[in-house]
Amino acid sequence: MAEVKIKNLSKRFNLDSPLAVDGVNLDIADGEFLVLLGPSGCGKTTTLRCIAGLETQTEGEIYIGDQLVNGLPAGERDIAFVFQFYALYPHLSAYDNVAFPLRAQNLQKDEVDQRVQQVAKLLRIEKILKRRPTGLPSGEQQRIALGRAIIRRPQVFLMDEPLTNLDAALRTDMRVELKHLQADMATTMIYVTHDQTEALSMAHRIAIMNLGVLQQVGTPLEVYNHPATLFVAGFIGTPPMNLINCHLNGSNSLSDESGAFTISISEIQNLKSKIQNPNAPLMFGVRSEDISVDTAEGAGEVRGEVIVREPLGDETIYEVEIGQNIIRVKTEPTLILNTGDNVGLNFAHDRIHIFDAESQKAIKF
Amino acid sequence: MTTNTQITRTSNLPKIIHYAKEFLFWFVLIATFLFSIFPLYWMFITSLKPRTDVEMTPPTFMPFVDYQPTLDNYVDVFLKDRAGAGFAEADQEATRKISEFPTTLTNSVIITTVTTILAVLMGTLAAYAFSRFQIKGEADMRFFILSTRMLPPVVVLIPVFLMFNQPGELVNNALQNIPISFIQAFGESIKDFSLRNSYIGITLLYITFGLPFVVWMMKGFFDEIPKEYEEAAMMDGYSRLEAIWKIVLPEAFPAMLATSVFVVITAWNEFVFVLLLNRDNATTVPPFLFSILGYGQVEWGRTAATSVLFLIPIIVFTFLARNHLLRGVTFGAVRR
Ligand SMILES: Nc1ncnc2c1ncn2[C@@H]1O[C@H](COP(=O)(O)OP(=O)(O)OP(=O)(O)O)[C@@H](O)[C@H]1O
Ligand SMILES: [Mg+2]
Repeated sequence: MAEVKIKNLSKRFNLDSPLAVDGVNLDIADGEFLVLLGPSGCGKTTTLRCIAGLETQTEGEIYIGDQLVNGLPAGERDIAFVFQFYALYPHLSAYDNVAFPLRAQNLQKDEVDQRVQQVAKLLRIEKILKRRPTGLPSGEQQRIALGRAIIRRPQVFLMDEPLTNLDAALRTDMRVELKHLQADMATTMIYVTHDQTEALSMAHRIAIMNLGVLQQVGTPLEVYNHPATLFVAGFIGTPPMNLINCHLNGSNSLSDESGAFTISISEIQNLKSKIQNPNAPLMFGVRSEDISVDTAEGAGEVRGEVIVREPLGDETIYEVEIGQNIIRVKTEPTLILNTGDNVGLNFAHDRIHIFDAESQKAIKF
Repeated sequence: MTTNTQITRTSNLPKIIHYAKEFLFWFVLIATFLFSIFPLYWMFITSLKPRTDVEMTPPTFMPFVDYQPTLDNYVDVFLKDRAGAGFAEADQEATRKISEFPTTLTNSVIITTVTTILAVLMGTLAAYAFSRFQIKGEADMRFFILSTRMLPPVVVLIPVFLMFNQPGELVNNALQNIPISFIQAFGESIKDFSLRNSYIGITLLYITFGLPFVVWMMKGFFDEIPKEYEEAAMMDGYSRLEAIWKIVLPEAFPAMLATSVFVVITAWNEFVFVLLLNRDNATTVPPFLFSILGYGQVEWGRTAATSVLFLIPIIVFTFLARNHLLRGVTFGAVRR
């Protein structure tokens, strides 16, 4: 049981390569389930490996509990790591794989056996303990790998995309199970994934990274409802948030370059005071579920033409073309529009987002 | 409609091509097999032939059918000729001395075993380091190691001979230039040290020949083993050496065995260097084989019998290692 503090962590692999991790600061509370989320190559694994001590950071400090662990070898950090490919030892049985960490501690045979049985029961792998991992289905390999991690009762779990190799149904089950497991053990967990569904459904808090830089840390609802950067806005949510290049137009409206997209918003005076340059390029963002369609003639804040219809069963997504822009709208499945229809759109004004296009940061107003 | 009839009309052609391919495949396979197995077969039946049948024309091929097989040649392998006279069986069995064969065979076994164990162990560790650590000048070192295999070994025959002849004297000559008495005395004491006619010398040489091969094979193999194996063990509180011992070596064992087969065969068969360096002591079987070809009329029966006996240990070893051999050689195909 321990909190983890990361201060200014940077990692550069080669002198001439860019930073794989760039000045990450992160405080993880004791018992917290933190998910590190980001696209491929953004430095998630590298961050995790630095925490584990498998990689030496170029700069920065890592604390586990109160202890500064810079330079402490991996084995002395009291951390368990679950690798994406499980790294189960092919020449050992499932039992010996699970017992392996205990053998390093020279425990009594009875105690080892008792703890292996206990973990096996928890993970429901009692029946396969005698088998070698190689021939087993990936779901069971996964459980063995988890067993090897939890048997030592470490201070912190680190997991690097542990569910990626499972098929979709199994992944959903394991998600729930892992969440319960972590809650029961109340052990701090840092979990890496590039799958936002996994992140949103399991995490207490999500830390989103891009190109080595930490973009935002927050609860799933926070990062969904209040994305701090353009990257987060575009990364979280399916379909991704609609983003439209625009600028302040006079005193009370926003419009894109051609003027085809123009909306007036009452918060505009407030917004004006937040930006220095009134001509600064901005980015208007709105989620597809925060837009409603009005089919009446001439109605709606903006008008456009339906170009694509995607029926998903419980909802239908329409792509509406407005000048140069395409906006995705989520609607009830009962609303039937045809391509070519001219429709009006209304936005939920309390749920729109404005970003500074240069700094990529959200402007709060 | 038309396309349909076309298909039925031409559909025999792929079938014929299929059978032709099948036939060609088996034909080439069987031909290659016979071509490589025939010398062995010839050697084996020759070793069983009575002297009178060995050089018979036309040759005979079937024991029991064409001639009555005998083990006389095998007895001769272990007995010496009467000096100068080629015909072994002309002697009285009782008065003939035991030949060099048991001694040289023992030497072959000792030298090959020690060579293989040391070369594979050292090469494996070096390969592990190359695979896992960032080493300064690694590419150059690896190229250098490989480059020692680029020359045919005979090219270094004379330098090796000179080096092995009296390395003690070479060192002594250098040490005598240092005006410190005990160093000079030490030089004197090792002056006569030679690596010729010794087990150590020839074993060192064979290890040198074998190492590059082991390093390259095992490096390729370690690159295939995900480093997460050791990392997992190290996270669990094992040191890197323990991780190597408990995880990497058991995984690597089949590959080590596969590699060692090649080292064994090279050391076992080596002829030129051992003939030149170990003429009087620690001689292996190949020079012995050569020596019984030596004088007078060649005794093919006895030579063939010696060759068969010489071959048996290798066959046994390869046979025992065969399951691992396949796994070791095909390891790269294993899914991560
Ligand atoms: N051992 C290494 N040597 C050099 N560069 C590396 C090394 N490991 C990772 N990198 C680089 O560092 C960057 C971050 O890699 P990292 O593996 O941390 O990404 P990731 O977020 O885990 O991606 P993924 O989702 O693909 O696993 C990448 O650009 C990668 O090429
Ligand atoms: Mg990764």
